[in-house]
Amino acid sequence: MSKISVKKLDIFFGKTHALKNVTLDVSANKVLAAIGPAGSGKTTFLRSLNRLNDLNPDMRYTGKILLDGKNIYDEDVNPVELRRKVGMIFALPIPLPMSICENITYGPKLAGTKNRAELRELVEKSLEDSFLWDEVKDRLDDPAMKLSGGQQQRLCIARTLALKPDVILMDEPCSGLDPISTAKIEEAMTALKKEYTIIIVTNNTKQAARVGDNTAFFLMGELIEYGETGKMFTAPNDKRTEEYISGRFG
Amino acid sequence: MKNAKEVVVEKSLMLIAFSAIFMLFLIAVFIFKEGSPLIFKIGLKNFILSAKWSPLEGQFGILAMIIGSLWITAGALVIGVPLGLGCAILLSEFLPRGITAFLKPTIELLAGIPSVVYGFIGVVVLVPFIRERFGGPGLSVLAGSIILGIMILPTIISISIDALQAVPRSYREGSLALGATQWQTISMVTLKAARSGILASIILGMGRAVGETMAVIMVAGNAVKIPNSIFNPARTLTTNIALEMGFATGDHRAALFATGVVLFVIIMILNILANYAFGKRK
Repeated sequence: MSKISVKKLDIFFGKTHALKNVTLDVSANKVLAAIGPAGSGKTTFLRSLNRLNDLNPDMRYTGKILLDGKNIYDEDVNPVELRRKVGMIFALPIPLPMSICENITYGPKLAGTKNRAELRELVEKSLEDSFLWDEVKDRLDDPAMKLSGGQQQRLCIARTLALKPDVILMDEPCSGLDPISTAKIEEAMTALKKEYTIIIVTNNTKQAARVGDNTAFFLMGELIEYGETGKMFTAPNDKRTEEYISGRFG
Repeated sequence: MKNAKEVVVEKSLMLIAFSAIFMLFLIAVFIFKEGSPLIFKIGLKNFILSAKWSPLEGQFGILAMIIGSLWITAGALVIGVPLGLGCAILLSEFLPRGITAFLKPTIELLAGIPSVVYGFIGVVVLVPFIRERFGGPGLSVLAGSIILGIMILPTIISISIDALQAVPRSYREGSLALGATQWQTISMVTLKAARSGILASIILGMGRAVGETMAVIMVAGNAVKIPNSIFNPARTLTTNIALEMGFATGDHRAALFATGVVLFVIIMILNILANYAFGKRK
């Protein structure tokens, strides 16, 4: 059974038709990579999955997004709780203006976890899962801003993991990072998919080929092609996919 | 090579700019020159720690005015800060951008109303209200605080909005994506990130409250006595100068300049604090 099932999703911002009739299933414990040129709608697609697009008052939508069979746009779904289940990593890894430790306990505390021992354990486990523990274990009370860019991004992953989500969305998580930091994050992604379903938006087609089990190609708001990454990168069905992957446009 | 016209324009602009700074510098020097000899003559301690102000008998203690200024300024902050901050949060975080873009300049316009108008409204509306409700003369610390609290709103609101809107969108989205509600995001992330700008707005508002004269003369009662309740009249440092400058001569006149020196120092300290708070943001 698929974890997320998007059915005939259309999204508008004012007069802009940002996403056109997208239907797609995301399997559990797999990495889905969404690729496409700037303005193709891939980020809009990602932000619709945790209803972050709701923040824009001009947003309208039609269609459905089923998470474990339940439409997340139903009226009885609280977007705040949804966002605990569907975590998100942003392109710019900006930690909250707090200490490393507080960045991680922020979400769980708001969700009602008060027990200190439990929180401490959560901090350690999340940082280990995001491959950051060894680098920061002696300075958990330092301001998070002091970390390097790559460390900040792994901290952002850790704080998302601390909420024990089902799905992790990543919006170009490596766009501002050097190759070594990127490799560490990709390593984390591959380890994390055993427990989570991951959807990553990336501008880097090579990254999609490296980490994606499945790949979705967006262009001008439409889902052009969707399938297994290996097949898509060797024998794409659509000519536009082939052109984009081989770098002829975009 | 610069041509002659460029050189002339550059030099004359420099002259104008320097003359403006020079005039400010001269004023500062003048105040200190006129005021500080008296402070040295009667001693700093007798000047600022004595509450006996009777110029005809050579008693120049301004403690009552210092305390009056402190009370009224503190009262203005108690009223102005929660109102101003609440308004800034509403305008920056909850209302659509279009409405904020219209309301913010409107609020800033309030700063342009002359203080005598605020004072007049205070005399006509506020003072009788306090007299009838709470007794006493009505002309009081409370009346001064309320009027000043309203007068500092534009400063606090306008600078706080700028500080809140300078917080990157990614902070808010990061917090919301972690399952925080809008109010949790504002109280725990946005306000925290904007705190130095908000602090600066409060300090600048405080500077305005300390320096305001006309509105305070009209509503605060001006009695030279340390107030022991908010319904007592009080005199501030600024109003002390304004009330007595018309007939002061000799040491009395010097004592008013010395009051100006004390004010000058207080305002300088507040401005340095505000600049420090602003600087920390960058």
